[in-house]
Amino acid sequence: MPKTFQRPQALTDKPFHYCPGCTHGIIHRLVAEAVDQLAVRKKTVGVCPVGCAVFAYDYFNCDMIQAAHGRAPAVATGVKRVLPDRVVFTYQGDGDLAAIGTAEIVHAAARGEKITTIFVNNAIYGMTGGQMAPTTLLGQKTTTTPHGRDRETAGSPLRVAEMLSTIDGAVYVSRVSVHSPRHVRLAGRAIKKAFEVQLSGQGFSVVEVLSTCPTNWGLSPREALKWLGENMVPVFPLGEFRTPSAEEAIEC
Amino acid sequence: MSHLPRVLMKGNEAFGEGAVRAGCRHTFAYPITPQSELAHFLARRLPEIGGVFVQAESEVSAINMVFGAAAAGARVLTSSSSPGISLMQEGISYIAGARLPCVIVNVMRGGPGLGNIAPAQGDYFQAVKGGGHGDYCQIVLAPASVPEIIEMMILAFDLADRYRNPVMVVGDGVLGQMMEPVEIEPGETRTAPAKPWATDGQGDRPAPNIISSLNIVPEDNERFNLDLAVMYAEIRRGEQRCEEYRLDDAELVLVAFGTVARVAKAVVDRARRDGIRAGVIRPITLWPFPEDSVKRAAARADRFLVVEMSLGQMVEDVRLSVEGEKPVHFFGRPGGLVPTVREVCNEVKRITGVMPGAEDVPAATGVDR
Repeated sequence: MPKTFQRPQALTDKPFHYCPGCTHGIIHRLVAEAVDQLAVRKKTVGVCPVGCAVFAYDYFNCDMIQAAHGRAPAVATGVKRVLPDRVVFTYQGDGDLAAIGTAEIVHAAARGEKITTIFVNNAIYGMTGGQMAPTTLLGQKTTTTPHGRDRETAGSPLRVAEMLSTIDGAVYVSRVSVHSPRHVRLAGRAIKKAFEVQLSGQGFSVVEVLSTCPTNWGLSPREALKWLGENMVPVFPLGEFRTPSAEEAIEC
Repeated sequence: MSHLPRVLMKGNEAFGEGAVRAGCRHTFAYPITPQSELAHFLARRLPEIGGVFVQAESEVSAINMVFGAAAAGARVLTSSSSPGISLMQEGISYIAGARLPCVIVNVMRGGPGLGNIAPAQGDYFQAVKGGGHGDYCQIVLAPASVPEIIEMMILAFDLADRYRNPVMVVGDGVLGQMMEPVEIEPGETRTAPAKPWATDGQGDRPAPNIISSLNIVPEDNERFNLDLAVMYAEIRRGEQRCEEYRLDDAELVLVAFGTVARVAKAVVDRARRDGIRAGVIRPITLWPFPEDSVKRAAARADRFLVVEMSLGQMVEDVRLSVEGEKPVHFFGRPGGLVPTVREVCNEVKRITGVMPGAEDVPAATGVDR
């Protein structure tokens, strides 16, 4: 009987350590599927962040580097400038990319580095215990905004995809979500497209993926998916913000 | 293409020339005075020979680009000056923790803070005691002339690859800006050894490579630290380098590195004309500190005088090596000033009491520690 569904080759057999209901596992699979579909696993180098995905090097079945907090785009730049024919991606969370690593992501985009960034936005710091992230919604309770994020004292959420889409070197910028099977499928297409843009040598590509954190949101896995769709998507609209001129837009 | 046997070269350019001769083709740096000519030189030179120069958005990014390039298997360089080197410390700790080879140049300037752009040696502690977090050591080389800069850069890349460890080459504003004749040796380009551990794409390897400084289980991390300690001990035993100048019968031993060592040699020549048997130990490796040479000297000399462009930092390593056997004096000019031969001669007179011809200098200049 033919197999119609199996583990991607670009994932190892190691079980994920992520909390129940966390969508990192889905996003890892989507990245791995894109690598498999493009048949680039053996020439791919991934760079993982500091945060919940710090152990991503145990899960992706390709050469992997663990970078300092926020510095993955700089590390990826170093790899790609030495090995321009390799496929290089970073996998970063919102604290890593949108707070401590803001300079690195903006300037990797500005230089048009031919790398792909997977930006996982779950509106909170997961690993360190549920603190406010740059992407935390107004009013959202976190361990450092116990009464909800207040615009007056803690500012408002950073829209990374929109910000990066103003940069000429960022050739492909999109935002997707994984809160329903349909959205998971669309997210997979966007991630594959981002890798294709890298392979075409046109410049920097980034996919922001809206993700859940049931543990630190204080919600069940099912409630968390619903919360994402109802609360995050209105603040972080899905879609392609920048595409190569010759490309046709895809639904996100 | 014909080469002149000798050309005049600026110290900062020599750092770049040495890197090129060592086979380095990748440099990531952020502008800062007084090392700018180094970046200018490599931004022009590297693309001519198939290399890459990237101007990073900060020193923080530059050192992490170095991390990535080193992980990919390249001989890679970054260069900066004191405040920029401070910003790189996190990255240097990660590089040491991930067992990656790279070379970092620090053309030291006056501090603390923004300080100034004048020559100084106030980053000695930061360089040799582990400027970043955690238990790690980096090899530190201190050339004292423009030709030696080239030699030290080649050595730096070789040591970095041999030990898979960061190597820092320290200069100062004088060394960076001065011009001296340099012999041109055509065709002398080294290549890096094979790096089967590099994350350069799995290719035909049976399994992926991982570069990481994370050891979440304390027992694993202790084992990693103990492995590092074994390597550091090997480096301490095998890589101490120094120049000994007129040391054989010296009663007074001056210890100085870099630009100051040139002053110290002039002081020794003058002191010997005046009947004082003086010599110089010039550490070439600041880490590992050439303690064997200092210990040997301590067995026969009467006293030491350490001269630095700082409030006194290397003097502590000299005292640790001398182990209280002999007095160790210090004279320094911090904040961007170079001790003059006359000032040091006066200090020699003060501590030996016998230096005819030395002139008094105001007590306010220099630091006695």
